[in-house]
Amino acid sequence: MKIEIPYPLRPYTGNQSAVNVEAGTVAEAVSGLTSRYPDFQKHLYTPDGKLRSFVNLYLNDEDVRYLPEREGTAVNEQDTLSIIPSIAGGD
Amino acid sequence: MTLRLSVQVYDALRQHGEETYPHECCGVLLGHFLEEAGRAVNAVEEAVRAGNTRTDSAHNRYNIAPQELVKIQRAARERGVEIVGFYHSHPDHPAQWSPTDFAEAHWIGCSYVITAVEEGAARVTNSFRLAGTREEDKAFEDEAIEVTGQLDPGYEPSPMGDAARK
Ligand SMILES: [Zn+2]
Repeated sequence: MKIEIPYPLRPYTGNQSAVNVEAGTVAEAVSGLTSRYPDFQKHLYTPDGKLRSFVNLYLNDEDVRYLPEREGTAVNEQDTLSIIPSIAGGD
Repeated sequence: MTLRLSVQVYDALRQHGEETYPHECCGVLLGHFLEEAGRAVNAVEEAVRAGNTRTDSAHNRYNIAPQELVKIQRAARERGVEIVGFYHSHPDHPAQWSPTDFAEAHWIGCSYVITAVEEGAARVTNSFRLAGTREEDKAFEDEAIEVTGQLDPGYEPSPMGDAARK
């Protein structure tokens, strides 16, 4: 499956905007990415292993946080996983 | 560091802030990351309006739904452009980033454009580049705004913002 990498995180994927991984679940896809690019891990997860609060993982059009099986959700070759930092602010 | 955009795009994002006044507007800037003689230029082709999900505090907060962002990003990639920045307005507040803006800025390398809207009229527009390499060393740096006369003639904006927001 394809993982889309946003610009701020591309220095950690050799400047690739998308990375293809073999995976059966969302978790396997992410670990496939972080095993290939170890520096990626700390940008996605806190030291105690939680997805950083401002990082959103979208499986196609669905927020992985709200899928019944979350990171355990099955994926196939046609799926796209998007990593999207949040956009917010104030005055 | 420079943000480059056409006068049409510049006017459009400022007008958006006037339309949503006294609430904050927000949107996404699509284009290309360029390197010109060692100078980093974020060249904007198009501004896509986004909805502000902070209806609880829209006069001084903004948030773009990640779902909307995913759709904007996907449509952009299909058309060969990418997210190079974001814009929002400061109703009756200076065009300077706030502590909240900084804390919630995570797109390193992207431009954050802020327009002060006073009593419904757009005044100063400033752009800040989120510099650094990661959360721990990020910093906002002032960047020049270069307004060009017209759109790139080869580029056709699409009604993507509406499709993404539906
Ligand atoms: Zn702000």
